Amino acid sequence: MGQDAPADEMIDLPLAGLHAELGGKMVPFAGYAMPVQYAAGVMKEHQHTRAAAGLFDVSHMGQVILRGADAETLALAFESLTPAAVLGLKEGRQRYGLLTNDAGGILDDLMFANRGDHLFVVVNAACKATDIAHMRANLPGIEVEEITDRCLLALQGPGAEAALARLAPEVAEMRFMDVGYVTLEGAECWISRSGYTGEDGFEISIPNEAAESVARALLADDSVLPIGLGARDSLRLEAGLCLYGHDIDETTSPVEAALQWSIQKARRAGGDRAGGFPGAERILAELDRGPARLRVGLRPEGRAPMREGVTLHHEGAEVGRITSGAFGPSVAGPVAMGYLPAALATPGTAVEGALRGKMLPVSVASLPFLPANFKR
Amino acid sequence: MKFTEEHEWLRPEDELVVVGITEHAAEQLGDIVFIELPEVGTQVNKDDEVVVIESVKAASDILAPIDGEIIEVNEALVEDPGKVNEDPTGDAWFFKIKPAEPEQMDEYMSEAAYMKYVG
Repeated sequence: MGQDAPADEMIDLPLAGLHAELGGKMVPFAGYAMPVQYAAGVMKEHQHTRAAAGLFDVSHMGQVILRGADAETLALAFESLTPAAVLGLKEGRQRYGLLTNDAGGILDDLMFANRGDHLFVVVNAACKATDIAHMRANLPGIEVEEITDRCLLALQGPGAEAALARLAPEVAEMRFMDVGYVTLEGAECWISRSGYTGEDGFEISIPNEAAESVARALLADDSVLPIGLGARDSLRLEAGLCLYGHDIDETTSPVEAALQWSIQKARRAGGDRAGGFPGAERILAELDRGPARLRVGLRPEGRAPMREGVTLHHEGAEVGRITSGAFGPSVAGPVAMGYLPAALATPGTAVEGALRGKMLPVSVASLPFLPANFKR
Repeated sequence: MKFTEEHEWLRPEDELVVVGITEHAAEQLGDIVFIELPEVGTQVNKDDEVVVIESVKAASDILAPIDGEIIEVNEALVEDPGKVNEDPTGDAWFFKIKPAEPEQMDEYMSEAAYMKYVG
């Protein structure tokens, strides 16, 4: 995320002591000391999450509550900052959305949930200060409250439901993108059935004072292992999910980023509330005519990973660049995402990646690399 | 056996020297997913980049510890790079080199000195 602070300026999160006890290797990330891996290592942590369940501490992310005079006023106000439809999102449901700028670029990606009398928004750690300032400056009459007394844990994987249901059986009733309230270890937790791995799972906002006992209660289940940021990155990459500051940023539009599914019909040309968000002119034009370039999945041939920054070439010309790349443990080979001209974005198209002075074959692949495993 | 500050080990074997990386290095690199070995017959100079290693975290280069000719490489690592994490000082050697100046070995650390070096 490009905001790594020197080690001595890292902020410790409430679960720092637990991470140390679990053998977490701490690194600076967005200004926080975060576990990049535990004793098992990135590969095993990744595979364990796909096979059973992984517990991630993502307390560095921003948690924000928006309140307005009434639900409709609030929804319409938030729609002035995002191309997503906010009005019409049912109470108890969550949606993925983007904050855009006037040039049609992406300021951040986020999740927002309708919780009746307010919206609960989760934003990226590296963007949270600017997001909150942006919302305060541009949402007159809307109260923007940053939640600083809660941790955020993600429990992900096919075993997540069973592990969490042992503490709160009612979570088994939730579907993908449902949100609700649940009591864990005596504390009121805010829960959504969602995540960042392509697996079924939950994100749980927990009062700081109860976070460690909830984490310990989950880790007491044999199927649950603590998972660091290293595996979080390879899991989300295989799932085709964007990392802000890498795959999307202020220069990429939602349509270029292949995130047009986050712009519901009501906000598109001919919709009830068409446009009215920053950068609408460019974004609606790209929806109509297609973008010049597109985010695509990429499969380098052979075993060598191609990482962020590797340039992509076609017929001798540089045509694009990799924005995320790694070895995909579940794919059992290198996987990447990057941008290519629309004419080269069809799955199966052959291009080349420049790696250590050699041009190596890469084929365009559809995303995600693995089928998602959500409980719809 | 000799050890370099770059965390390589060198083991004399007849007139050749077998080169690999230490357990400490393998642990620091994390799960290794890709290895590119030099071609047999390549003449290398000390500090040339001869092997590329990619772990789940990052790419690293292995430097030639001495001048000489690459006589043999461990092709099994190309198919199964994870061997380096399992047995870095045994089966997972990288290459065998015929030293041009065997006395270049002398500057490297003993095992005891290396253990002290990595603390």
